[in-house]
Amino acid sequence: MKVRVFVSLKNGVLDPQGRAIHHAIEGLGIHGVKDVRAGKMLELEVDDSVTDAQLDTMAKQLLANMVIENYRIERVAA
Amino acid sequence: MSGFASAVITFPGSNCDRDMADALEKVSGNAPHRVWHGDAALPDGLDFIALPGGFSYGDYLRSGAMAARSPIMQAVVEAAGRGVPVLGVCNGFQVLTESGLLPGALLRNAGMNFVCREVRLTVENSQSLFTSGYSAGQEVLIPVAHHDGNYFADDATLDRLEGEGRVAFRYAESVNGSARNIAGVLNAAGNVLGMMPHPERMIEAEQGGIDGRTLFESAIKGLVGA
Repeated sequence: MKVRVFVSLKNGVLDPQGRAIHHAIEGLGIHGVKDVRAGKMLELEVDDSVTDAQLDTMAKQLLANMVIENYRIERVAA
Repeated sequence: MSGFASAVITFPGSNCDRDMADALEKVSGNAPHRVWHGDAALPDGLDFIALPGGFSYGDYLRSGAMAARSPIMQAVVEAAGRGVPVLGVCNGFQVLTESGLLPGALLRNAGMNFVCREVRLTVENSQSLFTSGYSAGQEVLIPVAHHDGNYFADDATLDRLEGEGRVAFRYAESVNGSARNIAGVLNAAGNVLGMMPHPERMIEAEQGGIDGRTLFESAIKGLVGA
């Protein structure tokens, strides 16, 4: 089964990358975008036996740095 | 100075490990053990462990994230818990925050640029094992070379670090957007120091200065006597 882990910066953590992307969007001549925050999405192919608790452990201990990031786990139906 | 036993850990992608080993050997007179990241154990009887700069694992996921989970880091965390001094420089600092030995995290530089130049630092704490040879408030010149050196921690953590004298070095100029211009922090016990600037690149006059040498001299003197 496919699992997606979305990792995003916590509120208040400076995101220079998002700011640069925002600037580039303005360069496209498109206005009205107020802010951009860049994150990452990891796609895992896992056995059905992998539990929610194990996914949580993976996210907490490795995929996200809890000092600066939040994560959200999504199981994708096959 | 005899009997000083140190180790330099090399991760895949470390590139300042030789400089670090060279600095430790030149200042202490003893060549450090060179330890590979995949080793499960450290040599016995170490007085000092150094995590060098570089781009371990190509900075995959986050700088220092993969290295912090490598087999040898369990041994380093355990040794640090026993009070063995650990110095992490640049990528080594990132590994220390990722492994939980130091608070906070190192984000992409605020200006998005890789910063590679000599910077002026202020010694904030001259009482630690690593900084006893400096005087408080002393300004020193040490180079930085990093993309992810923007120190971040929440305000409560920053207040605690400042209150407990755990900010070892502060940038005396704007460098990378670090919270409160923090360049180096100590753990609560004072035996773990992480810093973005490279003291191992300033240990002899030919390198343009010797301000980094004092850090190694302080630690070695504190551990095995002059």
